[in-house]
Amino acid sequence: MGTATARETRASWVGQSVPRLEDEALLRGRGRFMDDLDPVPGAAHAAIVRSQLPHARITVDASAALDAPGVVGVLTGEDVRALSRPFPAGIDSPVPFYAAAVDVARYAGEPVAVVVARTRYEAEDAAELVEVDYDPLDPVLDPVAASETDACVHDRSFHYGDVDEALARADLVVHETFRFPRFSCTPVECYGVVADWDEAAGSLTAWANFQGPFTLHGVAAAALGLRGSRFRLLTPPDSGGSFGIKSSIFTYVVLIGLAARKLGRPVRWIEDRVEHLLGSASSTQRVTTVEAGFAHDGELLALRYDAIEDVGAYVRAPEPATLYRMHGSLSGAYTVRNVAARNRVVLTNTLPSGLNRGFGGPQLYLPLERTMAIAARRMGLDPADVARRNLVPAEEMPYRTPSGALYDSGDYAACLQQALELSGYERRRAEAAAARADGRLLGVGIACVVEPSISNMGYITLTQTAIERAQALPKSGNAEGALVTIDPLGGVTVRLGTTPQGQGHRTVCAQVVADELGIEPGEVTVLSEMDTQTVPWTVSSGNYSSRFSGVAVGAVQRAAAQLRAKVDAVREHLEEPELSLRRVAGSVHWNPAGLPEGMEPGLSVVAYWSAPNLDPPDAEDRVASSAAHGFIADVCAVEVEPETGEVRVLDYVTVHDAGRLLHPALADGQVLGGFAHGAGAALFERHVVDEWGNPMTASFVDYVTPTAPDLPTPRIGHRSTPSPFTALGAKGIGEGNTMSVPAAIANAVADALGRDDVELPLTAPRVWELLQRPPEGGGR
Amino acid sequence: MKPVPFRYVVARSLEEALAALAEGGDDAKPLAGGQSLVPALNLRLLRPELLVDLNRAGLDGIVRENGSVRVGATTRQAELERSPHAHPLVREALPFVGHVVTRNRGTVGGSVAHADGAAELPLCLVALGGEVVAEGPDGRRTFPAEELFVTHYTTTLLPGELLVETVWPAPGGGERSAFEELALRGGDYALAMAAAVLRHDQGVIREARVAVGAVTDHPTALAEVEALLVGNAPSDELAHEAGALAATLVDPAGGIHATPAYLRHLTGVLVERAIRRAT
Amino acid sequence: MTEIEVVVNGQRHREAVEDRLLLTDFLRQRLGLTGTHVGCEHGVCGCCTVRLDGVAVRGCLLLAVQADGCEVQTVEGLAGSGPLTALQEAFRRHFALQCGFCTPGILMAAEDLLSRGTPTRDEIVDLLSGHLCRCTGYAPIVDAIEEAAAGALPPADEPRPEGT
Repeated sequence: MGTATARETRASWVGQSVPRLEDEALLRGRGRFMDDLDPVPGAAHAAIVRSQLPHARITVDASAALDAPGVVGVLTGEDVRALSRPFPAGIDSPVPFYAAAVDVARYAGEPVAVVVARTRYEAEDAAELVEVDYDPLDPVLDPVAASETDACVHDRSFHYGDVDEALARADLVVHETFRFPRFSCTPVECYGVVADWDEAAGSLTAWANFQGPFTLHGVAAAALGLRGSRFRLLTPPDSGGSFGIKSSIFTYVVLIGLAARKLGRPVRWIEDRVEHLLGSASSTQRVTTVEAGFAHDGELLALRYDAIEDVGAYVRAPEPATLYRMHGSLSGAYTVRNVAARNRVVLTNTLPSGLNRGFGGPQLYLPLERTMAIAARRMGLDPADVARRNLVPAEEMPYRTPSGALYDSGDYAACLQQALELSGYERRRAEAAAARADGRLLGVGIACVVEPSISNMGYITLTQTAIERAQALPKSGNAEGALVTIDPLGGVTVRLGTTPQGQGHRTVCAQVVADELGIEPGEVTVLSEMDTQTVPWTVSSGNYSSRFSGVAVGAVQRAAAQLRAKVDAVREHLEEPELSLRRVAGSVHWNPAGLPEGMEPGLSVVAYWSAPNLDPPDAEDRVASSAAHGFIADVCAVEVEPETGEVRVLDYVTVHDAGRLLHPALADGQVLGGFAHGAGAALFERHVVDEWGNPMTASFVDYVTPTAPDLPTPRIGHRSTPSPFTALGAKGIGEGNTMSVPAAIANAVADALGRDDVELPLTAPRVWELLQRPPEGGGR
Repeated sequence: MKPVPFRYVVARSLEEALAALAEGGDDAKPLAGGQSLVPALNLRLLRPELLVDLNRAGLDGIVRENGSVRVGATTRQAELERSPHAHPLVREALPFVGHVVTRNRGTVGGSVAHADGAAELPLCLVALGGEVVAEGPDGRRTFPAEELFVTHYTTTLLPGELLVETVWPAPGGGERSAFEELALRGGDYALAMAAAVLRHDQGVIREARVAVGAVTDHPTALAEVEALLVGNAPSDELAHEAGALAATLVDPAGGIHATPAYLRHLTGVLVERAIRRAT
Repeated sequence: MTEIEVVVNGQRHREAVEDRLLLTDFLRQRLGLTGTHVGCEHGVCGCCTVRLDGVAVRGCLLLAVQADGCEVQTVEGLAGSGPLTALQEAFRRHFALQCGFCTPGILMAAEDLLSRGTPTRDEIVDLLSGHLCRCTGYAPIVDAIEEAAAGALPPADEPRPEGT
């Protein structure tokens, strides 16, 4: 194994912050985003007519639009009903969900008709001529009120341990309600679809900046009434951010596909920003009431959640997954064994929810981490001591949570300690206390969160009872495929099904393959554009649940390793251990007759990898909801300006244990980005509808995302405890700060104000209003 | 998000611009920097039939004369920001106007004539007691800026009339000024803003101009606050009193981001801060 | 329709355009210069920023007809077929882009800023208040521009060496 020696004496590419393969093209304006593609000749342009009311019976008259200049045709809700079926989802819903409103529009912004014309300009002109007659219906807007009506479409309760008994013996019971607002990570590139219907074959080919999960390919195919092989879905090489949001484009792929089918020509639709804010997706809004019992020393004895999850107007797949993604982590980073949850899902006449960075994490950790801080304050304890008292100890790893997650590795207490030291926690707490004595409003907050990655495809079946599950196909695991090929000149190409949107998947795959094959990352070509007809993929493919570094890398490494074994076998057979890859490739391609006895010709491997620790939920409703679990300890110091209510983040420290870092600079980039989204949700962002359900945040003027002057820059620390359950020991890192930051900032502001009733987003006007009211639930 | 169809003409002179606007009548719109107009076109909030582009009409330029600075209508905001002739109040306020890139294109006259109640330049012009020069079919007239603004996006410009110049008094002796604004994020529309221009002599405020915006539908000088200040020695107490008074003089509608109570309060805070800094 | 003549990245184009055609659509659809991106079409996100006669402006807030007789530079014109500019290199070194969608607009705005002198860090942050990036949290972008500002950056409109 002479080549192995050469390979092993050189430092591994994995673990180094090599320059990104993606960057040169992007910096030159040579990226290939959805709207840059012209994949099929003769595509006409679509504009979508959207409901102007949140809830109304509608009748649509498109006749005037049909006569407008340049118009090719119009697709209405009636056509959609005739040509497609409702989208299936994780739970049954009383209202069928089609790609466009049929008879009743259920949110302002819901597609009502699609106008197709020669140009987008003409399509918009004609769209104004579509007459929609509205017969208004009362909108349902308040999730709590909706939970008591038939707008509540799901209600399940879970019990682990004995919560009642533990609450009864607790020295302190914290009983509080927390609201997590709807926000949206708003990628800067909007949705885009080009659809081409082949009437002869009865098949749809669609290009879209879809991000997966490819479970949704099946959902879209079902709505189209097509088998998967007749629905070819492709993605562009580059995607301008997604953060979960672009998973929900699948309903528009169907809508535009149906327009192409009806009109008999390819149709192109590029979403504009107003459409995006009205009609793409947002996080869920969740109202959680917590009952938490603590012993006098701060031990968390019991935790009960009553969660009302507002998914908007329809249960759009994969919802209600936001509610179940964190199910194994209901106990957070803590050792509490008595946990209960009641999960209700309600429909309101608002934009349907979907994947959004953090996906369930922000909604879980805001109530949990606020509860920990409230308990500390009420007991006169240091929140860091309360956290330490409860963190899962390193020696108990791997640790099975009451609700079934298997926390794989990590030293949570050491991570917290590192964060406390990096932030100068003791000094900051003392400074804040001294400043408060002087009338200034300084506060310090912490958050300790477990960051799950690589979702178990089976967790969503928790929406069913164990008996129902027993009668259905079991679901488990999270698998990905990859194709690695060596051409006759020794060039190496990788094809991926992970649909990246800027995370640098191509670079990291090149590092992994370079290590296996003993070449340089720059010699590896990685194609990240997805094509469901030619790329190896699975139902769980795509870019979500921070699964790339664990799962996709596993598949790529496995394929590359198999190729390397074949290359080495050829070298051995030729008795030329130092033979270059190019010569080996030439030999394999040109001289199959010279291959070792029994060796398959060709130099191309498809390999798959699935997380080994993701079983279906068990009969007691326990589920290993994710394969890997990172840990984050955050410390945040803020000052609130009492005159104006402005919140200034003075310092933010975040220490991560995400296992092995495959590319440290990209990992830090994910931390910074996750932080920005978390801080946006904490301080700025919220979808607002008025009392009648009209969206009030349908432009980037009104939907306020943070810009450079508004965002503090966190100080980042790392520890590295490899995961035993992923191929290279990596864990996800892209979502954790979106989970932790809202909680940590809320805790810091609550500390500064000496009150428990802080509510996101903590904009200056909202904080000032809070200061004008007496505290609810006690003040300092 | 594309504009409705319209006709576009380039005016090569003020005369051409006025003629084109006269021909277009109510369905014509002058186009200056376009940083507010074109978003409104793209959103189809405005549907003109004719756009008259003023950018080549020779209406730009900054000239200092007789104790004031005359700024041509299509002078870019960025140019005024860099000009040594810009009043200190204007230099302080301009960074709040949109962003660097929008100021590169946005014009001083466009911002004033657009009359957005939350715009900084109209507030400064009113606070400084500046003037506007308008020209229309009936000739040229010059009048105080305070008489220009009626309400949001509404001015006293006559049909067919163009704002061609703004006139900004140069700082006088003993004058100090300050601009204060709070927005949810940098470059956003203000929640509230305040400008104070005070002339001090021998430890006493002799003249005062205090104006607020964003909480009113047009830039509004607060005469009662000015009266409170004049004749008094500046002090923190006086500034506080003036702020408190200012808060009672506005009646903001509030919106999705802030309640009327907050905006009133914020008005007081910003007025107080501006007065303190202008002393 | 109006006939316009525009020099884009040094190349002269004569085209008949509808008066309402936005400059962004002209560049992308008519000239195939898809490096200029469209993110909001109401002037907030900044990804459409190009330089018009050297000055950074929002491409989505200009009509193509307004560019008649002007020179337009887009991101494709920064390095041309030559090596990356110092600013582009700094972006790469600092991992100042992730998805890369906002990057062209930021590059064009930053090149304009750098052509006017050496900005302070605060001035760079202020420039970026007009650009939305949802991936990076902005800090690496500020670092990259600051580094490029500190280096001896040739004025952006000077010709650069061809090839490598």
